[in-house]
Amino acid sequence: MTNSWNDIRNTDLVLIMGGNAAEAHPCGFKWVTEAMQHRKAKLVVVDPRFTRSAAVADVYAPIRVGTDIAFLGGVINYLLSNDKIHLDYAKFNTDISFLTKPDFKFENGLFSGYDEAKRSYNKASWGYQLGDDGYVKVDETLQDPLCVYQRLKAHYSRYTPEMVSRICGTPQDKFLQVCQLLGEMSAPDKVSTILYALGWTQHSVGSQNIRTMAMIQLLLGNMGRPGGGVNALRGHANVQGITDMNAYSEVLSGYMLAPTDADTNRTEYLARRTPKPLRPNQMAFTQNFPKWHTSLMKAYYGNAATAENDFAYDWIPKREGGYDILHIFEMMHQGKVNGFLVQGFNPLAAVPNKQKLSAALSKLKYLVVMDPLETETSEFWKNYGPLNDVKPEEIQTEVFRFPSSCFAEETGSFTNSSRVISWKEAALPPPGEAKVDSEIVARLFMKIRELYAKEGGTLPEPVAALTWPYINANAPTAAELLREINGRALQDVLAPADPKNPNAPRAVLVKAGDQMPNFALLQADGSTACGNWIYAGCWQQSGNMTARRDTADPTGLGVYGGWGWSWPANRRILYNRASADKDGKPWDPSRRYLAWTGSAWAGADVPDMRPNAAPEEGVGSFIMNPEGVARLHAIGMAEGPFPEHYEPFETPLGVNLMCPDNPKAVSNPAARVFKGDLEAFGKKEEFPYAATTYRLTEHHHFWTKHARSNAVTQPAAFVEIGEDLAREKGIKQGDRVRVKSNRGEVVAACVVTKRMRALQVDGKPVHTVGIPIHWGFKGVTQNGYLANSLTPFVGDANSQTPEFKAFLVNLEKA
Amino acid sequence: MDMNRRKFLQVSGAGLVGSSLVALGFSPTAALAQTRQFKLARTTETRSTCPYCSVSCGLVIYTLGDKAKNVKPTIVHIEGDPDHPVNRGTLCPKGAGVMDMIQSPNRVLHPQVREPGSKDWKRISWDEALTRVAKHMKADRDANLIKTNAAGVTVNRWNSTALLVSSAASNESGYLTVKVARGLGMVALDTQARI
Repeated sequence: MTNSWNDIRNTDLVLIMGGNAAEAHPCGFKWVTEAMQHRKAKLVVVDPRFTRSAAVADVYAPIRVGTDIAFLGGVINYLLSNDKIHLDYAKFNTDISFLTKPDFKFENGLFSGYDEAKRSYNKASWGYQLGDDGYVKVDETLQDPLCVYQRLKAHYSRYTPEMVSRICGTPQDKFLQVCQLLGEMSAPDKVSTILYALGWTQHSVGSQNIRTMAMIQLLLGNMGRPGGGVNALRGHANVQGITDMNAYSEVLSGYMLAPTDADTNRTEYLARRTPKPLRPNQMAFTQNFPKWHTSLMKAYYGNAATAENDFAYDWIPKREGGYDILHIFEMMHQGKVNGFLVQGFNPLAAVPNKQKLSAALSKLKYLVVMDPLETETSEFWKNYGPLNDVKPEEIQTEVFRFPSSCFAEETGSFTNSSRVISWKEAALPPPGEAKVDSEIVARLFMKIRELYAKEGGTLPEPVAALTWPYINANAPTAAELLREINGRALQDVLAPADPKNPNAPRAVLVKAGDQMPNFALLQADGSTACGNWIYAGCWQQSGNMTARRDTADPTGLGVYGGWGWSWPANRRILYNRASADKDGKPWDPSRRYLAWTGSAWAGADVPDMRPNAAPEEGVGSFIMNPEGVARLHAIGMAEGPFPEHYEPFETPLGVNLMCPDNPKAVSNPAARVFKGDLEAFGKKEEFPYAATTYRLTEHHHFWTKHARSNAVTQPAAFVEIGEDLAREKGIKQGDRVRVKSNRGEVVAACVVTKRMRALQVDGKPVHTVGIPIHWGFKGVTQNGYLANSLTPFVGDANSQTPEFKAFLVNLEKA
Repeated sequence: MDMNRRKFLQVSGAGLVGSSLVALGFSPTAALAQTRQFKLARTTETRSTCPYCSVSCGLVIYTLGDKAKNVKPTIVHIEGDPDHPVNRGTLCPKGAGVMDMIQSPNRVLHPQVREPGSKDWKRISWDEALTRVAKHMKADRDANLIKTNAAGVTVNRWNSTALLVSSAASNESGYLTVKVARGLGMVALDTQARI
C-alpha cells in the first residue's frame, strides 16, 4: 500500500476492483465503512461476482474475468475526453509533458520493436527524447503530438464505452456511472483510493492491470495524498515483510536489483543501477545505491568484504535468467533440479497445474518441507485415491519433514500491508520438537559449514566467511537479527567536511558500534553495515522502534507515527510531497498533510522529500525515479509503455476484439510460455466457460482446513455457478459436478447463486464458474480436490505471477 | 442461607422475587455470592499479530502459566487487541478462531523422513535430519556450483537446489534464510509473495 489501512477513512471514493476487501480483509474494510459513514464517501465495486463488498456498494459493475485493462482503459479515455483530469497535479507530478521518440508506434495490438520468436520487445523506440544537456525534452503546452499526453489520448481513444462493453460484458450505463464518479475525483479537493488484491495480480497482464489504475490515480491527482494512493491488500500477515527481505531471485535485500551475468564486475554493476537525474534538480535517490549495496556486503561478509576484493562482489551469485517459481518448477520438470527446500509454503497447492508439479517433485533427489502443518506438498508421494492418485513405490524422492513454529510461537516482527513493522513476543514454545524457522536454518547452516571446514569442497570461502555474530550460533535471536537488518556503524561516521574550512575536525554523526539512525548516513566505503537499507531506523541506538505502542494520532488524519515503525524512514504515506501543490500548499486545506513552511517541509508525516528543498527548486515528488516524476509512459514494462488489453491465455472469445485480425496479439505477446504448457491451454470449443478462483472469509489459503472452527463453518469444497448456467445444464443446488480444464479436474458440490451471471460479451453470453481454493487431501475439513488441478501454467510477463483468475473449463453433473 | 451461584441466579432471575428475598433477609453470605474467579485472571497476556491476511490485526493471546521455565503454557483464549489502531479489538471469523490453527491436530511434531519408494513416514532425530539434509546440500553444491559461465565471467551460482521462503515467518527468519541462501550461492529462490 502506498497509504495505510487507517488512511482509507480520509477518502471520498473507494474503488474495489481485483479484490474483495469485505470478505478477504474484513477488519481493514472497517475503514471503508468508516469513510462511508463519516465522510459520505462512495463505494464502487467492479467484480465478476456480486461479492459482499458489492453488496454494500453504491455502484456495482459486473465485468468478465481478465478484462480489467479494457475497463480501466475506457476510464482513461473518459477522463481525457471529458477533461476530468487534475491537470496542475499531473503536470507537476507526471511525465505528461515529456516528449517520446518519433519512431515509437502502436499498430494492431503490438508496440514497435516486437520480436515474435523471442516473445519480447526491443525497446529502442520506447522512452523519452533526450536533449543535448542529457535531460528529457518537454512541451509544457502539451500540444506536441509526441508528448506523453497526446500519445496517451491517441492510445486510449480506441477504448470507447461501446468497446468496453463489448469486451468486458459490463452494461454501458454501469460503466459510465463508474467513469462519472471517478471523474468527479479530479477536483483538487477530492481524493479517491483503490483497493485491490490477487484479482489483479493473478493474470498474464497482472502488472499492467495495476499500472493502468496507477495512471488513473495520477491523472486524478490522487497519489501521495491522504485518502488516495494505490493500495495492494496482501494475503499473509508477513508477505510484505518477506517481500522486503527479498526472498526472490531478482533482487537483493532492500529491492536492490541482483547482479546478472552481464554485470561482469562491481563497477559495471553499480553504474547500471545508479542512474543520473533525467531532469534538472531531481533527487534521483537511487544514486545512493553503492552505499546500500556496500553496507549489505559488510553485513553479510564483515571483515572479509574489503575494498581490495570489491566487497566480496564475486561471492554474490549472478543469475543468467529468471528463477521465479514457475521457472523453478519447469527446470524441475526437466530433471534439472536435485534438491528443493520448502519453508512455510505449499507449492503443490499454490502453484498452477498440479499434475505438472507432482511430476516435477517426483524427479527430485531430495525434498525438505519445513512447516508447522502437514502440507500436501510434504505428502505429494502418498496415494489419496482420486485426490492424489500417485504410486509411492515409483517415486524415488527422499522427503524430509521438519516441524516448525507458527506465529504465536515465534518472537520477531511482521510487516503489514501498510509497511508498518510490528514486534511480537512468543506466547508459548512450539509444540513437540518443533523449532522456529530461524533456528532450523541456523542449525542447518552450522552443519553445512562444519562439513566444509572438515572436508573442504567447491568454493568454501563464502560459506566460512558469512558473518555469524550470534551469541548462540544455533539459535540467533530475533533481536540480534533485526539489529543486523537495521545496520550499525563499523567506524565513526563523520559529518561531511566543511568546504570553507576543510581541515576543521568533523563532527561524529554515528559512533563506531552504534546502531544506524536512518539510511541517509549509510556509507559506500565499508564503514557501515546494513542488512536491509529500507529498514534502517527500525532498531536505533535508543532501541526497538517496531515495538512502540503509542496510540496518539495528533493530526486526526489516522497517522499513528509512534505505533510500530513504517519503512522507509517511518513514513506512512509514500510520495507525500504530492499532497501539496507546486508551491507547497496542500491541495485540500481540510486534509492538510504536508506543507512548505518557508524553510522546511512539515506536517502530519515524515516528508518524502529533502526536508529543505524549497518549492522553487522544482524537486519532483517521485524521488526514486531519475526524472523526479511518476511515469505514464513506462519503458520498464515487458509488454509496452502503455497498458493494452490482451485476452487471458485461455479466452472464451478466441480473439482480442481490440485487434481481431492479429493472432499474435490475442493474449499478452510478451508473456513467457514454456513448451508443453502452450499445448496444455484449452480452447473455447471444448471448454466453453470462463472460470476464476477465489477465497472465502472463513478460510485462509490451505492452512485453516487444518483448524476445527474453520472446518465447522466451511466444511467442504464447492464450485459456484449462476442460475442461468445451472438451468442450461440441468444442475440443481447441491448436485455434484465435475469441472474440467485441459489439465485436470475438480469434483465438488455445486452452489447455484444469483451472484454470478452470464454477461453479454460481443453479443454472446459468457458464463463464469467460480472455484474457491481452500481444500486439499489433508485437513480436518472434508477432503477435496486441489483447485490448481485446473489452472494454467503461465504468468504475468513482468512478475511471473500465475494466471489463477482467468481460464477455461467445462462442467457436467458428476 | 447457603446458596451456590447458579441457584442464586435462578432465584434472582425471577426478577422482583430476588429483591424481595433480600428484603426478607435471605441474602447469600458474602463469600458464596462471589462469582467464580474470572478465568483470564490467571493467565499471561502476550501481544501478537494475526497470521492471516495483511491487515495484520493486533491480538492478545492468553496463556495459562506465568512463563516460568518449569511451566508449560497453553493458550486458552485469543482476542483482538483493543489498542491496535487498525483493528481496534475486532477480529474477523478467521482471526477469531486462530487458536484452532495453533492447536491443530495436524501440527508436525517431530522430524520425519520418507525414504525413496516408501509409503510411510519414519520419525528421526533432529540431528539425523539436519545431518542428512546438510550432506545432500553439500554434495549437490560441490557437484553443481557453476563458478564461471561460458564467457569466463565469475558467476558462482548454485542452481540445482531451489528454495522457497516462508511468508508466514518473521522478518528476522526471512532475512536469515535469504542470507544463508545467498551465502551458499543459491539463485533459485522464491517466495509466496510472487503468487
